[in-house]
Formats: sequence, C-alpha cells, structure tokens
Amino acid sequence: MDFSYTPEEETFRDELKQWLTMHMKELPEWYGRRDIAGPDVDSQEYHDFSVWWHRKLYDAGFVGITWPKEYGGRGGTIMEQVIFYEEIARHRAPGLSNAHGIGWCGPAILAHGSEEQKKRYLPKILSAEEIWCTFYSEPEAGSDMANVQTRAVDGGDHWVVNGQKVWSSGAHVADWGVLLVRTDPEVRKHRGISYLFLDMKTPGITVSPLRNITGTAEFNEAFFDNVRIPRDQVIGEVNMGWYVAAGALEFERSSAGTAIARENSVKGIIRLAKEMGHNGDPMVRQKLAQLYVETMVLKYMALRGLTHELREGRPGPQGAVSSVFSMEFNQRLQDLAMEIQGPYSRLVRGSKHAVDHGRWQHDFLRSRGNTIETGTSEIKRNIIAQRVLGLPRQ
Amino acid sequence: MDFDLGEEQVMLKTSARDFLDKECPKKLVRDMMDDDKGYSPELWRQMADLGWHGLAFPEEYDGVGSSFLDLTVLLEEMGRALVPGPFVSTVVYAGRTILAAGNEEQKQRFLPAIAGGETIMTMALLESSGDLEPSGIAVTASPSGQDFVINGTKLFVPDAHIADHLICVARTKDGTGEDGISLFLVDAKSEGLRVEVLSTMTGEKLCEVTFSGVTVPGSNLLGKLNGGWPVVRNLLDEAIVGECAWMMGGARWALETSVDYAKEREQFGVPIGTFQAIQHKLANVAVEVEGATSIVYYAAWAIDENDPGKTLAASVAKTWCSDTYKHATFEGIQVHGGIGFTWDHDMHLYFKRAKSSQVAFGDADYHRERIAQLLDV
Ligand SMILES: Cc1cc2nc3c(=O)[nH]c(=O)nc-3n(C[C@H](O)[C@H](O)[C@H](O)COP(=O)(O)OP(=O)(O)OC[C@H]3O[C@@H](n4cnc5c(N)ncnc54)[C@H](O)[C@@H]3O)c2cc1C
Repeated sequence: MDFSYTPEEETFRDELKQWLTMHMKELPEWYGRRDIAGPDVDSQEYHDFSVWWHRKLYDAGFVGITWPKEYGGRGGTIMEQVIFYEEIARHRAPGLSNAHGIGWCGPAILAHGSEEQKKRYLPKILSAEEIWCTFYSEPEAGSDMANVQTRAVDGGDHWVVNGQKVWSSGAHVADWGVLLVRTDPEVRKHRGISYLFLDMKTPGITVSPLRNITGTAEFNEAFFDNVRIPRDQVIGEVNMGWYVAAGALEFERSSAGTAIARENSVKGIIRLAKEMGHNGDPMVRQKLAQLYVETMVLKYMALRGLTHELREGRPGPQGAVSSVFSMEFNQRLQDLAMEIQGPYSRLVRGSKHAVDHGRWQHDFLRSRGNTIETGTSEIKRNIIAQRVLGLPRQ
Repeated sequence: MDFDLGEEQVMLKTSARDFLDKECPKKLVRDMMDDDKGYSPELWRQMADLGWHGLAFPEEYDGVGSSFLDLTVLLEEMGRALVPGPFVSTVVYAGRTILAAGNEEQKQRFLPAIAGGETIMTMALLESSGDLEPSGIAVTASPSGQDFVINGTKLFVPDAHIADHLICVARTKDGTGEDGISLFLVDAKSEGLRVEVLSTMTGEKLCEVTFSGVTVPGSNLLGKLNGGWPVVRNLLDEAIVGECAWMMGGARWALETSVDYAKEREQFGVPIGTFQAIQHKLANVAVEVEGATSIVYYAAWAIDENDPGKTLAASVAKTWCSDTYKHATFEGIQVHGGIGFTWDHDMHLYFKRAKSSQVAFGDADYHRERIAQLLDV
C-alpha cells in the first residue's frame, strides 16, 4: 500500500499547478466570487466562457491526457489523468467543456472507430472546436435503452433517419451528435441497433429546448425527419451499436477527482453552517459529520477502484458501486445545505437576502438529476446485484 | 499510487481464511459461548505457532515485525470466523499498549510471552458510566511507599477471568480531566482483586473487576505517572480500527451468505434473488461493505504511518462500520426469512456481534460528534 506519487507524476503535478496559478488570474471576476453569480448555465455567454477556458487547457496539453498523441491527446498515464482531476478540484478551477464528446462520443470512436474516423474527429473533440452531444434516450427508450425506435433505413450511400430523441444535453450548442438507431427491426432488440453520428447542420433535424426543474434549458428534444446521413458515419459495425454504447466511459476515471470536489463541498457546507450560526446544533453536527464520513469512504473507495484499474488494466466492479453512492451522496449534501439555511433556503438567485446568491438553491435542484442521468440509481443497483454479486436476472 | 492489499497480505488473508475454516468451525464458536473459559487453548496455541500473536511486534520481542495493516487483515478474517477468546484483549489492548508505553524491561517481560501464546492479558478501562472520556475514570491508585494501592470497580473488562495480567487505567491525582491518569500492570492473582463474569448476548466474556486495596509495585507503572491518558488515546485509535476490521470481516460474511442463499432459495418458482426487493437490499449492503473495506484499510495505513489524521480516520471508520455491520446482518436475517430467525442458523451470531461491536469504543453518534470536533465545526 503506497499513496505516494512517482517523481514524474510530481513533476506533472507541479507543472499543472503552476499553470493553474498563472492562468486562473485570467478568469472573469464573477468566477472568483464564492457565489459564482455569473451568466446562466444555459446561456451562450456561459458556453463561450467554458469553451474559452477549455481551449487554454487544451493548448497547454491538459486535455485528453490518456488519449494517443496522434489523435491530439497527451499520450500520458492514467495517474496523470487522475492528478489533473485532483488539481482542478483542489484549485476550484472550471472543468472541461464538451463533456459528452470527451466522456462518451470520443471514447466510443477511440474504441470502435476506423483509423480515418479517429484522425478526423478526435483532435477536434479534444480541442472543443467541435462540440458533441449524445442522442441515446427516446420517449420509449430510457432505462430500457435497447428499445430505441428511431429508424435508420439503408438508402445506398446514406442512411435515412426518422424518429425522436429526448433529454439530449447540449444538443442546442452541438456541432456533432452520436445517434443510437434501429437498423434491423427483425432481430432481437439488442442486435439491431447501430451507432451513427451526424453533423448537426444536416437538414431535417429540429432541436427544441426542454426546461429542467432549475428553470434552465440544458437538455432538449430532437426530431429527425428524413435526415440523410452518409453511409460511412457509423462507429463500429452495423447492428453492433448496443455494444459500442455500453462500452467503457471516461468518467470512471474522474471519480478520484470527484471525491476531492465532494470534500470541498463538505467544507463549504460546514462554513455555511458556521456563518448561519447552526454549527452548535447537535443534530446539524451529526449530519455534517456523517457527510464527512461519506466523502472519506467515497474517496478511498475511488482510490481502490483506481488501483484495480492500474493493476489489471481495466476498471473493477467498484465502478457501479462508487457511482451510485457518489450521486446519492451529492443529493444528501445539497438537501442538508438547504435545511441549514432555514427560511433563507426559499430565496433564489436574484432575490435580496439570498444566501450566496442562490447557488445552493440551484445546486440542490440540479442534484435531483444525478440519480437519473447516466443511468438511474435503480438500474445501477440492478447492475451491482446482477454483475457484481451474480444474482440471477428475472 | 497503490491502495489495496499487497501480494503478501493477500497470502496472509487466504491462509488465515483456510486455517480458520478448518480449525474454527461454528460448532467451536457456539461451544465457547457456553464455556467457562470462553476459548480453546488448542486453537490459541495453534494461532501462536502460526506467529499471529506476535505478528505486529518487532523481532527483538520475538515478533514477526509486520505492520498494523497486516494485523488488520488478520483481524478481518478472525471477525469473519468469529474466533472466540482473548486474542484482541491480549495482543491489541495489552500488547500494543506495552509496545507503545512500556520500558525496555516491561517489553522484554511481556511481549515475548504474548508472542509465544504463553500469557493472556487485557485492559481494564471502562467503569460504571461506560464513558470513554477521562471523566469516566474514577478508580484510584494511591502511592504507598514504593508501591501503589488501587481501589474501585472496572466494568466491561474483556477476558479478565482468564487473564494473567491486566492493565488498569487509574487516577493518580484528584480530578476528572486528562491529567492525573496512570496505567498499571496488575497481576491478576493479586490479593484484593475480584473478577466476576457477566452474561452477554454474544457469549463474549465481559467482566466486572473489583480492586479492594490491590497493591502493585511502583515498577509496574506503565508509561509516565499522571501521563497515561495520551497512551490510552493512542491505544483507542488502534483498538477502534481493529474492531472495525473485525466488523468488516463479519459484514462481508453476512453479505456473501445472504447472496448465496438468494441464489438457491426458490419461491414462486424462481430464486428469491431474482426479486428486485432482494437485489436492491443486497446491492445496498454491497456498497456499504465495499466502503468499509476501503476506509478500514486506509485507517490502518494511517496508524502505520502515524499520520496526523489517524484519529479522524479511526472515527470515520468506526462510524461507517457500525452502520455497515448492523445493516448487513439486519438484512441478512430478512433475506433468510424464518430460517434467519432460528438459533440454528449462524446469522444471529453475527447479528449479535454487530450490535455489541456497534457500541464498543463508541457508537456512530459518538464518533460523529468527535469528527465534528476534530473538523472544528
Ligand atoms: C440531467 C439529465 C441529462 C441527460 N442527458 C442525456 C443525454 O445527453 N443524452 C441522452 O441520451 N439521455 C440523457 N438523459 C436521459 C437519461 O439517460 C434517462 O432519463 C435515464 O436513462 C432514465 O430514463 P427515463 O427518463 O426514460 O426513465 P424510465 O426509464 O422511464 O424510469 C422511470 C423510473 O423507473 C425506474 N425503472 C426503470 N426500469 C427499471 C428496472 N428495470 N428496474 C427498476 N426500476 C426501473 C427508473 O429507475 C426510474 O425510477 C439525461 C437525463 C437527465 C436527467
């Protein structure tokens, strides 16, 4: 057991720290404020800000750390990737933009794409020159993702796509999207799905925003009306799209960094309790301590998961376990942050007397999505029961 | 970065599992619940021969020189097997205290004897208030020439009925605070010392120990006069992490046993493990047990490194494990249905142990408050 880092890893960390110290000075004034009372998260201004920062990180070589150099990555190690997430959290720096490109679409291309596709698309995903989104979910295909009905028909040198997608995060600002479609309706449902991708400027796509419970419109519904997609814009083999979508995800690796971000949130809520004069309340003290216990457990669970990946070359069963715990933890934290504010918890951004300009209220509302996005908690528990514990399926 | 057991620790774990599966079956565990001594001298000897008693003592005291983490791995397996007897009292409560605070003569006198399995020891800490703070210590030790005379009653002392020596935590100065507490090595055969075994839910042997003018020579003072509390506090960190390892091992047994049963037992024509209500119960326990494993290994590491965060880590681990072991065995009984409620099934042995471990060295509420203080909330 050894928590130390190699000299090379320390050098990388120092380089990153120096870079962050220097360049965080260029962040806009609103970012530095504790309340983060900047532009709305679904505004163009916010998007431009996040791409601007992302580009700086990219130019400095901190995006796509484990991705191969020939596709615009750093060709670095898993540990460097982890250190990156750790330092971003520790410095409270903004994270990366193009989350779906880097977290889902890029890894799918990396694992299943052709050489040509990798060369053409990966560098621009990393640089955020091209923003990607994911069209998986449909009205009739949520947890049961293999039930997608959006149809792609062979039109010779192209596919003709018709159907509807929903909950598509960031589709309103995306340049490209990946699309799960049914290409063979005759076979068992997992077997007839393909993983296409398309230019968002293609005629026939209608994207309309859906407001979520925070009031902002981060996700959308999208309609595909005889959309023609070039035949070669498929990742992996035709009809094997289910297996492409179910592949490994970048976010598994960010869990060690997330743990540090969560630790910061616990410190933030302790500060809040003190400022609001509730830190002497024995009930509040119990709850705050419990949150701290949970962040520690989360952190060391993530590090054991990371160790498993470093030793075996692939993520371990702890992945689903940490994921469900981490998401539900954040909900408990945000809920407590509201409770501590008493009547002030009712005041939102823009109101006189709102605590920290209403950031807690936003985060509380947003946290309810945590146990739905990337698979619901119930689905993750099914996975733990069936794949980790080996219990029989229905 | 490498945060999991190393190859040798995995080997230690596997060989301990194999050994205990064979030598410590549940029949022995049950027999010892009703046995007056509460342990098997034969198993005791075998464990000592394997080097377990001296595992975490330096070689100069006939130990193996392994780390506290190695001991933790062993305790995890002992907790899984519910090994009855005075191992923890002797090796952790007494042995680790002597190692930390004893003078050379005391270490030479006791540690090789512990490592060799020749002596049984324990610590007499708690009193009638059950309080883990200095204010809980009221037993007195008054100087009398070269000696000290101990008076008062200790409670919940594990294995005192078979111990050759006890470490008694006593007040050597008036007051209720930290200052003025000292530790003494007391021969269990001393005149004026009376031990009465209490009946417990788990069959563990907890005792009332009464000191009526028990005289101990000044040379049996362990550590500094009036400076005993920091030693106790240090020992508590280790005892807590040891208890957590024991709990985590038991919780994993409860989880695995319930998972196995859910795969076999059929109702409505299918294994009960296909029911989502059962799957999600067990998935929740799996999350808790994975978490327990991670935090216990970390807390043991912090002790080996004498990390400034070790007390906090011990409290975090105890909070988590107290809840985990309880949930694992509560759900364990539920998943087993009627069979889980019987005396014949082994689940209740773990369930009872979970309840007693929960309150040992402070329950989750106690540790949460301690964490709040350490974090300066
Ligand atoms: C903030 C946010 C962002 C999102 N972004 C995207 C995106 O960018 N792209 C995209 O494609 N999708 C996205 N999604 C969609 C998300 O993946 C789905 O909402 C999710 O998979 C659940 O599907 P559903 O909404 O249809 O709910 P349903 O599947 O209908 O589930 C409803 C309830 O039933 C439960 N349930 C369903 N099946 C089972 C089962 N087998 N066992 C037990 N319980 C079950 C669920 O757990 C849930 O509680 C996003 C969702 C959110 C909230």
